[in-house]
Amino acid sequence: MGMTVVQKILARASGRRSVAVGEVLEPAVDLAMSHENAALVINQFLEIYRGTGLEPKVWEPDRVAIIFDHRVPAESAKTATNQKKVRDFVSAQGIGKFHDIRGDSGGICHQILPENGYVRPGTIVAGTDSHTTTHGALGAFSFGIGATEMASVWALGTVPNLEVPGTIKVEVGGTLPPNVSAKDLILHLVGRLTAQGATFKVIEFHGNTIRNMPTSGRLVLCNMTVEAGATSGIVPADGETERYLRETAGVRDALTADAPDPDAAYDQVIQIDASRLAPQIARPHTVDNVVPVDSVQGVRVNQIVIGSCTNGRLEDLAAAAGILKGRKVASGVRLLVFPASWRIYRESLSAGYLATLVEAGAVIMNPGCGCCLGVHQGALADGDIALSTTNRNFPGRMGNPKSEVYLCSPEVAAASAITGVITDPR
Amino acid sequence: MSPAHPDSAHTGKVVFQVGDDISTDIIYPGRFMATVLPSETPQFAFADYTEFNARLKKKEMPPGSIVLAGSNFGCGSSREQAASTLKGHELVIVARSFARIFLQNAINLGLHVVICPGIEASEGDELEVGPASILNKATAQHHALDPLPPARQAIMAAGGLIPYTRRKLLERRSSSAG
Repeated sequence: MGMTVVQKILARASGRRSVAVGEVLEPAVDLAMSHENAALVINQFLEIYRGTGLEPKVWEPDRVAIIFDHRVPAESAKTATNQKKVRDFVSAQGIGKFHDIRGDSGGICHQILPENGYVRPGTIVAGTDSHTTTHGALGAFSFGIGATEMASVWALGTVPNLEVPGTIKVEVGGTLPPNVSAKDLILHLVGRLTAQGATFKVIEFHGNTIRNMPTSGRLVLCNMTVEAGATSGIVPADGETERYLRETAGVRDALTADAPDPDAAYDQVIQIDASRLAPQIARPHTVDNVVPVDSVQGVRVNQIVIGSCTNGRLEDLAAAAGILKGRKVASGVRLLVFPASWRIYRESLSAGYLATLVEAGAVIMNPGCGCCLGVHQGALADGDIALSTTNRNFPGRMGNPKSEVYLCSPEVAAASAITGVITDPR
Repeated sequence: MSPAHPDSAHTGKVVFQVGDDISTDIIYPGRFMATVLPSETPQFAFADYTEFNARLKKKEMPPGSIVLAGSNFGCGSSREQAASTLKGHELVIVARSFARIFLQNAINLGLHVVICPGIEASEGDELEVGPASILNKATAQHHALDPLPPARQAIMAAGGLIPYTRRKLLERRSSSAG
């Protein structure tokens, strides 16, 4: 029986010729990523060593990445103290891939990893963030884990007891219509699969739409596979992966590309015709409550958010700026823009996108996650309705259980900013 | 910390019932995420369900009380506080199904979780959780359990992920020393 891409990666990481779905493995980790929750990982890591007489030492400090992005700069003394604890640990352990609160190198972890060339095809990436699925866009097996599990990875360098997941194959063909983007494709897929349709499975993307899609779009797809419950999403590495890693991420060393075997077994195969896709909206209060934009057109919104680990990349800001150029954000609407990293901030500054957005009435925020999960700026009032390019809309997600969140693409967000109501950008 | 023991029988009352797709944003709202230590997270369990949260904080319910959930309990964020906050109250979570990361976090921390796809029960019902099924004493109905993931059996047997990892670390050191 042939293997899927993730089976091949797991076999290699476990020193095996082949692995079968359901087998329990302890594969070696190539990259272990955390953000502010490293404070909890450190606590659990020290707990592992307590009473052993061993000196607590991270297995390979160069394989650990820590990025401050959830509350930057710190919003409270508590957060600042947690961040200080992490900084001290980073320095004591000699952790190399550390991104502090800095305009020359900071940003959201799910953009920092790709743009710095930390993620390679064929590798295993574990992160203490559910959206670690994002990095499957570069052909890695990349998934979220909890803090104690990360502490175990730091100690041993392996994932404790991982079951080889089954795979759902998604084949996407056709050209996306103008003003319909990767976000619409993944919202549509999550709506079809439901919020639990891919639990304990990997979603492997194929088809000419994916082959023609830049890495920025593939990152959007894989980012939100967890919203269908998936362990990970993955796009098999190809020429575009190599182009991105060489040109954008500055990677020089040899790259591995795993393709699935022709007789690989899939739990399910889903086909999507991208050319027939309309802009999609996830309505409150679940990510799988997805409808085409015309069924919610006209809903009045109070705050619009463009950015985050899902849609804060240069292409997203370019699309928003293109729609908002020479226009104004409707009165009564707050438009907040979060670039995904400071590099993207600087690039969109040079390209003029930030000026266009600010002239239209947008507020440019620090690259960071805070608004999406309601922990750092951009809070919603009781009864507010938000329209956001982020990835979750559970009750209370943006910090106020008495508010509502609709999810959309940057194109829908920008078009709606002009009208003040949910609007079809086409 | 006692690990989740699927083999031990347990009887408890359903003290709180929730529906499908209960996210970690609901179990442990993001605004409390700067609080990370398992000793400090229990105060924020289901913080936006103010009545239930108040009852938890007053310790009105005995350890082993049951939260009954629909499918996909614990979806969303990987925040481990969602498991530690429930563990702190020694609640037992019976759900039709769980999201992956939450389920793993729960087992890693020794939170007692039970997968019962066909569970039918209401708040106030007393449930007897056996190794293979749940008996709802209010309805006298039995409901079959799904086993916990095979990948987690060794971690449960070790009493949670911290002792599991500690043992592996010591084994590794002694084999490299020998």
